[in-house]
Amino acid sequence: MQPVLSLRGISKSFPGVKALSGVQLDLYQGQVTALIGENGAGKSTIVKVLTGIYQPDAGTISLGGKVVHFAGADAAAKGGITAIHQETVLFDDLSVAENIWLGHAPQGRFGLIDRAAMRDGAVRLLDSIGADINPDLCLRELGIASRHMVAIARALSIEAQVVIMDEPTAALSHKEIHELYDLVDKLKGQGKAILFISHKFDEIFRIADRYTVFRDGGFIGEGLLADTSEHALVQMMVGRNVDQIFPKRKHRLGAPVLTVAGYCHPTEFADINFTLHCGEILGFYGLVGAGRSEVMQALFGITRPSKGACRIDGHIRALRSTSEAIAAGIVYVPEDRGRQGAVKGMAVFQNVTLPSLPRTSQAGFLRLAQEFALARKYATRLDLRAASLDQDVGLLSGGNQQKVVIAKWLATAPRVIILDEPTKGIDIGSKAAVHAFMAELAAQGLAVIMVSSEIPEVLGMSDRVIVMREGRIVAEIEGAAMTPEALLRPAAGIAAAA
Amino acid sequence: MGLLKQREVLLALAILVMTIGIAVRFPAFVAPRNLASVFNDTAPLMILVIGQMMVILTKCIDLSVAATLALCGMVAALLNGLGFPLPLIVFCAVALGAVLGAVNGVLVWKVGMPSIVVTLGTMTIYRGIVFLLTNGKWINAHEMTPAFKSLPREMILGLPVMSWIAIALIAGFAVVLTRTPLGRAFYAVGNNPHAAVYAGLDVGRTQAVAFVISGALAGLVGYLWVARYAVAYVDIAAGFELDVVAACVIGGISIAGGVGTLAGAMLGAVFLGVIKNALPVIDISPFWQMAISGSAILLAVAFNASRGRAKGRLILRREDTP
Repeated sequence: MQPVLSLRGISKSFPGVKALSGVQLDLYQGQVTALIGENGAGKSTIVKVLTGIYQPDAGTISLGGKVVHFAGADAAAKGGITAIHQETVLFDDLSVAENIWLGHAPQGRFGLIDRAAMRDGAVRLLDSIGADINPDLCLRELGIASRHMVAIARALSIEAQVVIMDEPTAALSHKEIHELYDLVDKLKGQGKAILFISHKFDEIFRIADRYTVFRDGGFIGEGLLADTSEHALVQMMVGRNVDQIFPKRKHRLGAPVLTVAGYCHPTEFADINFTLHCGEILGFYGLVGAGRSEVMQALFGITRPSKGACRIDGHIRALRSTSEAIAAGIVYVPEDRGRQGAVKGMAVFQNVTLPSLPRTSQAGFLRLAQEFALARKYATRLDLRAASLDQDVGLLSGGNQQKVVIAKWLATAPRVIILDEPTKGIDIGSKAAVHAFMAELAAQGLAVIMVSSEIPEVLGMSDRVIVMREGRIVAEIEGAAMTPEALLRPAAGIAAAA
Repeated sequence: MGLLKQREVLLALAILVMTIGIAVRFPAFVAPRNLASVFNDTAPLMILVIGQMMVILTKCIDLSVAATLALCGMVAALLNGLGFPLPLIVFCAVALGAVLGAVNGVLVWKVGMPSIVVTLGTMTIYRGIVFLLTNGKWINAHEMTPAFKSLPREMILGLPVMSWIAIALIAGFAVVLTRTPLGRAFYAVGNNPHAAVYAGLDVGRTQAVAFVISGALAGLVGYLWVARYAVAYVDIAAGFELDVVAACVIGGISIAGGVGTLAGAMLGAVFLGVIKNALPVIDISPFWQMAISGSAILLAVAFNASRGRAKGRLILRREDTP
């Protein structure tokens, strides 16, 4: 059987990162192919190549046996490839029919939009996927599952041969997920070739026919799901060449610093209990959306838990705002540096001292000399590469911006430092520097929480790992028991190996 | 930073060239006495620009300044009629302005409304209250005490008190903006509100404080305005909020927040002040004045945009050659 869509030798590089190197992927008519891989394996990049958002540096894309080249997103859509994204991009204030046809609405005389044809088409498309949605409703009035149906109807409105579903079930309830499975079966029946990206093994085995595994931007293997097992797939996903070397650390755990007891949140997490010691690096592993960042944001006073208590050095501390958390000795280096970390447009030293201004000012006035001294101290410690401390942070490289953000938090002299995906999107050299520095902090008696989705990093750096899934702690692993599989299984919701 | 300074230098040069151009035909314009009077004329605008600039730095806008000015000015004139002592009148005008600013600030902070909507609403409300206070009647010079009218014109060291007040406020707020945690917070909150929250700053409260300052300054100018022109009526300073915002934009205060200096904003105010005073001298219609300040705004924004693009290229070059 000939594949509808076939990718061969696709490579794509970004400055400092090789996202894909010579990968292949085949999709077949009337079949669901599951694309499997860890975070950073290159799944999103291949979706962007397929939908014309990225142009590959090398390799060929063949559609129905002919080599094609997608210059942009509209070219891919014209070629019959459509994607339904994790967070569906739709317009809240337009009607369902308008959402489905936006950009390629049926036109009547004088190039005006033919509203009747648009509405009829919407009804036909929604019927074909078994969705009972009034096409005149404003999208704002629909729930998440119905929005998904609209997104799928929109995808089908371009007469797609190839449908890409990027973690479509991440935001759905149990019942809605089953409706989605039925829909996927319908699409299969209509002869569409489907690329299904998911971290959840149960659903992969439920709906997919074939699998393709990527790891670290490379192609690892493909085949029929009927011929393989969960165990074999996990092996393919995580078995890797150890090319990253992590700093060796001596285990010297001190007294407990932070104790979290019974933290709950109405919608994001429940029953979070853990203790963090001086000098410890505690890893938090889980899939994207497992609730790790949400727990950390509650600890940092950005959101408030509905129940539970947090003790620091044995004393209960209320963490109602970020300034209270900073005063209690907790700091949080957020994942999204651009949005939540560095203040671009402000000088390096001003960024470093921003949370420490109460300490660097006297009688309500800033002491520039003290600010510079503080900034210089941490810039030196972190080996920050900047033209001067006056330089605009926005002009620094990603790795150096990350250092400024870390310097900012160290300058507050914290007890507990929470690093959320500390090495995401930075080059290998800067990664090693961040890892070495994390080890140094722990050696100085700081308690470190590292939220990371990269298994080698979690295993290489942590003394202990807590695994979260769907807002709850599902495993706590220590010492020799810390293996890639021991992390991945509870995170993906797979029962222990037989 | 170098570019930023260059921008203020450019604006200063533009003002200088313009002044020289006028002086060539009308040497009297650059006589020290006339320049002092141009400065004094521009003083109310400058004081309002100080407050507006802080509001804009925090990613907000205060369209209610002129209405606040009118309400506080009218209240000052009424209190004067009731025989209140002058220091108390000035205090009440400033305090009322602060309260009106706080109303804006709290609506932005606690209710989470966009500042343009909040101040568009309060602008109309405040202006309406001025009418209600007097049923639309004017308070004229003969209904004001001599002390009330003369304070802004009192001369100290060759300059009127009004000019000295502006100079003192500029000096004071220059320190606030560059040397206090509050000033730093204005920049950080406007530049990157998300990062500011993570740094322990309260974004909404910082914005509210900026509104209170803007309101208090408008209250002060309300008294100065009414006393100087010796008349109070409903439409005092109608439309003046646009001059205030225009001066900020010309002076390089980014409407997106977080960028701009007090020096730039003051030069923006002076630029408008010179145009306003010079055009009648060289016999050009006041409608040209509007066209010129409009063009200046567009030029200033275009200049900002081109500066942003140049910055983008710089980053790319850096990443290509690590």
